[in-house]
Amino acid sequence: MYTFSSRLKTFSLVLIIIGALGIGYGFFTAPKTVDDVKAMMHNAEDSHGAATAEHTEVDDHASKDVHEVTGAIKGEHATENDHEAAGEHGDDAGHYEHVLMQAQNRPWTAIYVPMIFFLLISVCALVYYAIQRAASAGWSPLLFRVMEGVTGYIGIGSLIVLAFLVASAMHGNHMFAWMYASADPTAANFDFAMETKDWWLNIPGFLIRAVIYVSIWIGFRHFILKNSRLQDESGDLKYFKRSFNLSVVFLVVFLVSELFMAFDWLMSIDHHWFSQLYSFYVFASMFVSAITVIALVTIYLRSRGFLPQVNDSHIHDLAKYMFAFSIFWTYLWYAQFMLQWYANIPEEATYFYPRLLGEYQPLFIGMLIMNFVFPILVLMNSDYKRIPWFVVLAGLIILTGHYLDVFVMVAPGTVGSHWHFGIPEIGALLFFAGLFIFVVFNSLTKAPLLPKENPFIKESEVFHY
Amino acid sequence: MSSKVIHALYDDDDVLLNAVKEVRAAHHHIDEVYTPFPVHGLDKAMGIPPTRLAIMAFIFGVTGLAFSIWFLNNIMIVDWPQNIGGKPSFSFLENMPAFVPVMFEMTVFFSAHLMVITFYMRSKIWPFQTADNPDPRTTDDKFLMEVAVDGNEDALIALLEKTGAEEISVKEKH
Repeated sequence: MYTFSSRLKTFSLVLIIIGALGIGYGFFTAPKTVDDVKAMMHNAEDSHGAATAEHTEVDDHASKDVHEVTGAIKGEHATENDHEAAGEHGDDAGHYEHVLMQAQNRPWTAIYVPMIFFLLISVCALVYYAIQRAASAGWSPLLFRVMEGVTGYIGIGSLIVLAFLVASAMHGNHMFAWMYASADPTAANFDFAMETKDWWLNIPGFLIRAVIYVSIWIGFRHFILKNSRLQDESGDLKYFKRSFNLSVVFLVVFLVSELFMAFDWLMSIDHHWFSQLYSFYVFASMFVSAITVIALVTIYLRSRGFLPQVNDSHIHDLAKYMFAFSIFWTYLWYAQFMLQWYANIPEEATYFYPRLLGEYQPLFIGMLIMNFVFPILVLMNSDYKRIPWFVVLAGLIILTGHYLDVFVMVAPGTVGSHWHFGIPEIGALLFFAGLFIFVVFNSLTKAPLLPKENPFIKESEVFHY
Repeated sequence: MSSKVIHALYDDDDVLLNAVKEVRAAHHHIDEVYTPFPVHGLDKAMGIPPTRLAIMAFIFGVTGLAFSIWFLNNIMIVDWPQNIGGKPSFSFLENMPAFVPVMFEMTVFFSAHLMVITFYMRSKIWPFQTADNPDPRTTDDKFLMEVAVDGNEDALIALLEKTGAEEISVKEKH
């Protein structure tokens, strides 16, 4: 039976408190009015000094417009429609409003990225667990309790996401631009994309679907874990068979829910753009992160002496999955990227422009190196995958890479080209990391770490490569 | 120096694996084991050092990657510049995404083919090579262990009988 060590508990609570302060700071310092934005932008301009040279290079309407404003204020535009939310080539007032929205989105984006990241890690850990169940895997039953523990975050993580989405739906933030657009051609906020997407991207449907997704995840987690506990108490094989059936059904239902979840929660941020591969790409990203987290938690517990039967071969197998799914992620990422890059159709290229060539280029290329080049070189050698500290190192870099991946999925559509990675972002990451550690290790204490009644437990104990 | 070998025939892979461990524990030298199918763990039990084929595979792969980069750069950029997807930048780096499938396939092609050839060379399997299998039954359902006779021949035969060999014969090594 695992007991939550007080040191780790203190550590996670400290992370939560520091993180909460960071989040609070983000909201406190976010600009409130258009005047704040103007002051902020002029300050930035002054501090840059002779910034004209570098700014003219940047193909970015925000900085260009600043120059127009500082040069000669074009008053005649101000009377025009200043509700043009898109503000692509709008007037100055509309433009400033747009910049204000992006600046106000910053603390929300800072929360959104780790919130989604840790929830989907938890859900994908359940998927990994269900795959082991559905495949009747013989090597992994020793790790079942670890996987069950990592899924412990699904409940609270889902509630936080739902609260966030409700806040978005009540126009508490501008994370989803389509919530401010109208399908009516005569409306001031008309958006051509909404004419065809309105039937799916509407606020009631969005919220109902969000509730459906999370109830599927929470519900299946509840029943699969309940079965697993019952099996351990009674030793009855009928629970083992029922776990198999539940896992198979969950895998099918999950894939459908994940497909639409990624469309709703991530792809709709850039609602003019579309990619049918997107959901699988998100899944691959989160699945490899989930396996990495399972490996990290396993190595941590083993180093504390809680999983004496787990040997290097189990770590080796988890590391093989990390390697394999890093390649799988790259395959899907590339399949999505290459076709759109090659075709170069404007409506598709708009998604990749800020990422590949714009301000997100360092993150975009950086995460590609961390998620592909690094794992393929480091985790290729069979012997290295058996060294725990080596797997931890590789795992931390893979997790960082996929965190950046989610950041690059979300941020260009919400905060625009002026991204930062400052106190709000780090604070939110620490907050959710602390919460995740706290909840996961708490749920690990709920049951003995050895599922002794699993019929494959002997095979798992003698497993060797 | 004796040039005699003992051929011990087994009919089960588990019995064989235990026999290999026992013979090695008694400090006899096992020259070779002939089996109709790969026996899991046999190489470790025999004390054969791990294969270096994986290292060669990596080197071949890197060779293929390097070759494909030179190859594509020469064809598409240097020798006869081509307009790729409406991006006539004539820069290898900017057009690189279009080349990735070729680079990937070349890496796999080099790695796979050269690895097979290396394996054949290392296993001495080349054209017109005849099989040096001492007993044709090992291609069907029997396992044969070839042990070098070193010192007491009778003691070794007794040991092999004890491990469950169903047929033991002493041969001159030619």
